Amino acid sequence: MTLFRRRLKETPKELCWEATRMALDAAKLEMKDIDAVVTGSAPDAFDGVHMKGEYYADGCGGFRKPITRVFTGGGTGVFSPIAAWWHVASGLADIALVVNEEKMSSCYPHAQSVFAHIWDPILDRPLNPNLVWIFAMEMNRYMTVHKIKKEDIARVAVKNKRNAVAHPAAQLADAKITVEDVLNSEVLAWPVQRLDISPPSDGASALILASEDAVKRLKVETPVWFSGVGWCIDSTMWTDRDLYFPRYLAQASQMAYKQAKIDNPRKQIDFAEPYDPFDYKELHHMEGLLLCGKGEAAKLTREGVTERDGDLPTCPSGGLLGVGNPIAATMGTKVGELYWQLSGQAGKRQIPKEIHTGVTNAWGDLMQFSSVVVMRA
Amino acid sequence: MRVAIVGIGLTPFRPSTPEFSWKELMYDAATRAYADADLDPRRDVQSFVTCAEDYWEGFGIFDEFVPDQLGAAMRPTCTVCGDGIQGLAQGAMQIQSGLFDVVAVESHSKASDLLTYPHIVQHALDPILNKPLRGHPNYLGGLEMDAYLRASGNTARDCAAVVAKNRTGALKNPIAAYGAKLTAEEAERSPPQFDPLRTLDQAALADAGVVLVLASERKARQFSANPVWLRGFGWGTDSPNLEARDWTTAKYTEIAAAAAYRMAGITKPEKAFQVAEVEDRFSYKELQHLEAAGLSKKGETAKRLKKGDFAVGGGLAVNPSGGSLGCGYILDASGLHRVAEVALQLRGEAGSRQVHRARNGVAVSWRGLPTATGGVAVLGVGK
Repeated sequence: MTLFRRRLKETPKELCWEATRMALDAAKLEMKDIDAVVTGSAPDAFDGVHMKGEYYADGCGGFRKPITRVFTGGGTGVFSPIAAWWHVASGLADIALVVNEEKMSSCYPHAQSVFAHIWDPILDRPLNPNLVWIFAMEMNRYMTVHKIKKEDIARVAVKNKRNAVAHPAAQLADAKITVEDVLNSEVLAWPVQRLDISPPSDGASALILASEDAVKRLKVETPVWFSGVGWCIDSTMWTDRDLYFPRYLAQASQMAYKQAKIDNPRKQIDFAEPYDPFDYKELHHMEGLLLCGKGEAAKLTREGVTERDGDLPTCPSGGLLGVGNPIAATMGTKVGELYWQLSGQAGKRQIPKEIHTGVTNAWGDLMQFSSVVVMRA
Repeated sequence: MRVAIVGIGLTPFRPSTPEFSWKELMYDAATRAYADADLDPRRDVQSFVTCAEDYWEGFGIFDEFVPDQLGAAMRPTCTVCGDGIQGLAQGAMQIQSGLFDVVAVESHSKASDLLTYPHIVQHALDPILNKPLRGHPNYLGGLEMDAYLRASGNTARDCAAVVAKNRTGALKNPIAAYGAKLTAEEAERSPPQFDPLRTLDQAALADAGVVLVLASERKARQFSANPVWLRGFGWGTDSPNLEARDWTTAKYTEIAAAAAYRMAGITKPEKAFQVAEVEDRFSYKELQHLEAAGLSKKGETAKRLKKGDFAVGGGLAVNPSGGSLGCGYILDASGLHRVAEVALQLRGEAGSRQVHRARNGVAVSWRGLPTATGGVAVLGVGK
C-alpha cells in the first residue's frame, strides 16, 4: 500500500507498480509466479484516460498475462479482491494479484467535477447535484429516523482520524482532533461538514491471493483466509427508496455470512472495517453489516465499543476518514487491514484483544452497491 | 465444473437506434436471452455481469445504471471493464467457484450515441507519449496492417478477400447491418484511408445488445437436453505501450488461446473446429487472429482463404455471421456476439448460414484500438 497523498509526480502506472512491488516483496514472489491479475479503479475520468485498466495494465504487472479490471464504483475497493478470489476458487489461478489504483489529483480543479457525470441524464443531471449534496440527504434521513445527534456521528471522525496516527500511509491523521473541531468545521451541505468527509487522494494498494495448495507450497507462515464474499446492487432509482438503511448491504452481508457459516454476526465477528468515506457511513454500514440493530451504531460509538481497545474495534486502520480516500485503492485500509490485523502485523494499530474473524465492506455506485468480505486467521 | 450456455439474446445490429435508449437496448437483449432459456431473471438468475467502459457509455460510473433493465436489482451484479469474453470468463468462474448456478453476462454498444468516436479512442492513448500526436486513431490500424503484411507475406488483396467474404456472408444473417454484394476487387478499389488500410477494410460502428445466460452442469441439464458447453476460455494482454508491443503477431491471442485450449484439452487447434468467429474489426485482423489462435498456419492462410476453405462449406467456416465487417462493430460487445454466433451454429439454429455438422467452435476477440487485449472461448456440443 503506497502513501496516500496528492501525488503529482507519479503516473497511474507508477503508483500501480509501487504497490505491486510492495506486495510481491511481502510475499517473496515475482511476477512470473502470478497466474492472473485483477485490477480495480473508479471512474476513468479521474485519471483522464479512457480504458484506464488497459493503460496502466503493465504497471500492475499485467504484461502478457490475463488481466481483468472490475468496476463497481466506490465498491471496487472490496470488490476486486472478490473477483481475485473467484479466479483462485474456480481453479483458474493458483496465485492471483489484485492491484487497485486511484489518481484523483489530475482532476482540475477538484475531483468532485467528475461526479457531475454519474447521474441519470434526464432525471437527475439537470438539478446539478453533487455527492456531498446527496449524501447530506442520506445522512439527514438516517439522523431523522433514528433521532441521532450530530455529536455522536462526529465521534466516528474523531476516532478514525486518531486511529490513523498509527498508519504509515495516512493523509489526514490527527491525534488531537476533538468532537468540537468536527462540529465547528465548515458546513458544506447540512448536515455534512468538512471534517465529516474523507479527503480525495492518490494512491494504490495490492494484495496477493493464493490457493490452499500454493499456501502450503510457499510455506506462508501467517495466511489469512477469505471465508465469505458477498455483493449486491439495488435499483438505480435512488429517489425511490428509503435511504435510512442500506438494504443492499444487508443482502450482501447475508450472502457472505452464509458462506462463512456465520449466523450471529454480533457475536462471531471480532472487528470490522466498514467503509467510511463519511463519518455517518461507518454507522450506516455497521447496521447494514448486521453488527448491531438499526439505529444502534451511534450508541456503540458513544460508549467506546468501537474504539481499538473496545469490544468491537471498528476501522482500527483509521479508515478513509483518517488514512485517505483514493477510492478503489482504499482496498489497503479495508481488506488490507483485515490481513494485517488477523496476521498480527498491524504494529501500533494492532487490536489488543484476541481476534479471529473480521469483516469489511465497500460502498458505491449511486448509494446502491456494497461488497463484503469476511476473513479469518 | 463444466459451464454451459443456456440462453442467447441478440438484438439486430443497426447503424443507429434513435428509438431506443441504451437501457432499452439492454432490456431487449436480456428479455430475448431469458425467453430463450425459459427463465425468470428475478427468480432464476443469481448473478449478473456487464461488460462496459465509462467513456463508451458517457457516464462517470456506468455500473450504477445496470440493474433495473436486466432484472438485477437487489442481486449480485458487477461491471467488467473488458471485452465480452473477459466478462464471460468472470461469469464462468463465479459458477466454477461454487458461488452460483446461473449467471447472466451482458454487453452492448450504443455507438450511435458517440459524437466523437475517434477522440474517445485518442483518449485511451498514453496521455504523455502518444495522445499529443493526435490524428484519427485508425492510423494505428494502418501501421499495424503494414507491419503484419510485411511479416506474414499476406497481401492487401487477401485482406480485400476477407472483406468480400464477410460482407457477402452477412447477407445470410438476418441481424447483420452491413451485408453487401461486394467483390474483393471492389473492396480493393476503395480509397486508402490509413494506407494500406482502405475504407472498406474497416468495420463500421453499429448498435446492438448481447446477453448470454450461463449455467452450471447440474442446472444446464434442466434447461436443455443438449446444451452448448463452454469448454475453455482465456484472455491476455500484451504491452499497453505502443512502442513495446509485438506489431506483427497478436500476442494477446496467443496467450488467450493457449489458456483456452489447455482448459479444453485441445492440442491440435487447426483440426479441432468446424466454425470460428474471429475478430475482424479491420480485415487484416481476421488473418492475424486466425494465425495467432493456431487456426491456420502462417504461410497457408492466404492460400486457404483463396480456396474458399474459410467460407461456409469449407474446412473451417470463419465468421459465418459476417463478423464485424458484415454485422457492424459493436465495441466490447463484439466478443460476446462472436460467442453467441458460435453457440447458435452449434445448436443448429443459424438458418441459411448454418455450418454443416458443427460440433465444436471457437470465438476470438480483441478489445480494439489502442489495446493489446483479447480473449478466446472454446465451445462444443455433445459429451
